[in-house]
Amino acid sequence: MMEIGLSHYLTVAAILFTLGIFGIFLNRKNVIIILMSVELILLAVNINLVAFSVHLNDLAGQVFALFVLAIAAAEAAIGLAILVVYFRNRGSIAVEDINLMKG
Amino acid sequence: MITSIDLFTILPELILAVLGMALLMYGVFRGDKAVHSVSWLAVGAILITAIAISGQSDSGQVAFKGQFIVDQFSVFMKWLILLGSALAILMSLNYNEREGIQRFEYPVLILFATLGMLLMVSANDLMSLYVGLELQSLSLYVIAAFRRDSTKSSEAGLKYFVLGALSSGMLLYGASMIYGFAGTTQFDKLATLFTGPNADPGVGVIVGLVFLLAGLAFKVSAVPFHMWTPDVYEGAPTPVTAFFAVAPKIAAIALLVRTMVGPFGELFDQWQQIIIFISIASMLLGALAAIWQTNIKRLMAYSSIGHIGFALVGLAAGSEEGIRGIGVYMAIYLAMNIGTFCCILSMRRQGVMVEGISDLAGLARNQPMMAAALAIFMFSMAGIPPLAGFFGKLYVFMAAVNEGLYVLAIIGVLTSVIGAFYYLRIIKIMYFDEPAEAFDRSAGREVGTIMAVSGLFTLLFFVFPTPIVGAASKAAAVLFSAAG
Repeated sequence: MMEIGLSHYLTVAAILFTLGIFGIFLNRKNVIIILMSVELILLAVNINLVAFSVHLNDLAGQVFALFVLAIAAAEAAIGLAILVVYFRNRGSIAVEDINLMKG
Repeated sequence: MITSIDLFTILPELILAVLGMALLMYGVFRGDKAVHSVSWLAVGAILITAIAISGQSDSGQVAFKGQFIVDQFSVFMKWLILLGSALAILMSLNYNEREGIQRFEYPVLILFATLGMLLMVSANDLMSLYVGLELQSLSLYVIAAFRRDSTKSSEAGLKYFVLGALSSGMLLYGASMIYGFAGTTQFDKLATLFTGPNADPGVGVIVGLVFLLAGLAFKVSAVPFHMWTPDVYEGAPTPVTAFFAVAPKIAAIALLVRTMVGPFGELFDQWQQIIIFISIASMLLGALAAIWQTNIKRLMAYSSIGHIGFALVGLAAGSEEGIRGIGVYMAIYLAMNIGTFCCILSMRRQGVMVEGISDLAGLARNQPMMAAALAIFMFSMAGIPPLAGFFGKLYVFMAAVNEGLYVLAIIGVLTSVIGAFYYLRIIKIMYFDEPAEAFDRSAGREVGTIMAVSGLFTLLFFVFPTPIVGAASKAAAVLFSAAG
């Protein structure tokens, strides 16, 4: 029976984090997917923090994770609000349509 | 337990938070007709906060079990931030009224963003760093999309949100790695952990540090994390752009300096290379990409990327002198940018804002005062003595030379010469091109006054540089006495 240790949690978190980053850059369809990718990144961070917290036997990591959770909720709310405003003006939330200004 | 010392240390922030929420309630009850009074009250709230901050200026105080720190560095940077925010509110009064986006949320959101910036500057722990940063960023996302019936503004908000959220994610991932491999999030403890002859930070901490740096580089818009800047600057309403160009930049630079010099001061060799790289890349991009811009707000975006590159030269030097240079540079940068944006706010023709550089043609004949002011700011940004911008660059380059970073200093001077091209082109267009139609003459009293005052400051900085340079050296000294 293999024991699940710190490195397993870190690997899962690293995979989720990478998925989130790629979700933001590779997706050409829909801004909602970007919002989901952002949540995925924050989730990866939370897994990291809680795993480290248990490993170090130190509560600070779990406190940090709670802060991250609270702020992630606020961030999602603001992101969706801006998205709604954008959709009202443009009538589309496809990523390739966000091209009024070229950077 | 929260002690009274904790509460006294955080008093300015508490005042700002309470007043901000009170103004929010006042605005909700009175509706949008209260915009004017809410704006002036918000400026008053910032003033009260500034007074509260100056009351505690000599205390090197840590509160909330090491989460929060007040020292001369934070006081200096907070002064600059509060000044930038107050001016941004004043500059918006006339503009918002004429553009029909007169809503009381604007000053309130600026207050909350300012509160976030103050918390960032005083952060002494990865947690308070993150919370302050997010309070600032979340308010800024909303302000960027403030003109909610405009496609451009909402697109700017959306882009800023997506890239800002990505950068916060990277910063957090870095913070979690540092926490895991160092075992603490407190800056003081981190600093002692890496000090000593056989202290080995380990790969985990270094990886975390790189992620943290990437996230912070995003916030100061240093290359290669600059791609949001031109779009957001162009899309956001002009007073918002003016705000974005000063206060958040100063706060993020202050945070970057404190994080690098404080807890990671002993890892100087590791982060110095990264800072040198992003500094050179920002200076180059700021100088080259701006040449082809036709929109003046976009040009200012590239110009601010370049300026951040110059400021980072001081951090790359890593010495007390370099940090002093950053302090002076940010103070001068604040004056130059606010002044330039006042000029941009005055670019209105038959009631419609114009943003093209060619619209400035022949301004010297139509409005000689405004042309003279803009010429001062452009000369100053190009770094031509004896204007203020020259001294800003002088201090950071001197620091780099004294630390033996000759290549960095030479690249800095070269890019500043290349950059002078596009600044001088604006002056040429204003003074030597055939006059275009004159601008409307009513940008508001506030804008005119701010333009004049910042113009005088930029022009006469060399006569009495002592107050600012003195305050900046005290601010830099306190960082190094704590770290050393």
